[in-house]
Amino acid sequence: MQVSVKYFASLRELMGEASSVIDIEENISVSELWQSILESKKVVFDNVMMAVNMEYVKSEHQLKSGDEVAFFPPVTGG
Amino acid sequence: MLIEIRKEAFNAYAEMQYYLDELDIDGQYGATASFVGTMRDFNEDKNITSLTLEYYPGMTEKHLETIVNGAIEKWNLLDVLILHRVGKIKIAEDIVLVATWSAHRKDAFESCRVIMEQLKSGAPFWKKEETTTGVKWVEKNTPGF
Repeated sequence: MQVSVKYFASLRELMGEASSVIDIEENISVSELWQSILESKKVVFDNVMMAVNMEYVKSEHQLKSGDEVAFFPPVTGG
Repeated sequence: MLIEIRKEAFNAYAEMQYYLDELDIDGQYGATASFVGTMRDFNEDKNITSLTLEYYPGMTEKHLETIVNGAIEKWNLLDVLILHRVGKIKIAEDIVLVATWSAHRKDAFESCRVIMEQLKSGAPFWKKEETTTGVKWVEKNTPGF
């Protein structure tokens, strides 16, 4: 199945892209997807925040086909 | 209730008045609380020349709405206004406005503070500072309490 992935701010610059579509296996969690992205990109990034379909989720959140997954650094608005 | 992301500069105090003029709460509100965040020329001892604010279109608005709905459930509020700048921001321009209206000061004061702190800790915005020595993403906000 496929999910769309978005990166923001310093993480977008580190990844070299703002978004991509990734093929994943069934029954994987958002943190498992994150780990596989870090391994394939060969990068290290601490303190990532994760959202699925524009809502914060816990790391064990299970992904579904067509989900919009976002990874970003700690927020600094206001 | 109004939540808006603005790409153009705004005057927070004027915006608060324009919004209030359009509301039909005369005689009902006895308290207005507001917070205005404004662009400084320093942070961590650096000389900042400008700031670029990025956001996550869709999620940012949705998250702010969740924060405001939480406040409306907790306090007796007549109305809430949030404006937040994005894009390139110059020194002394307003970055954020949170305003709350209620019958009595407790609800307005407390909700304004909590909405602002929740915005700082959870709303997807990111600041990039342009300084006299280079460009740098802000890694974390200063504590509010």
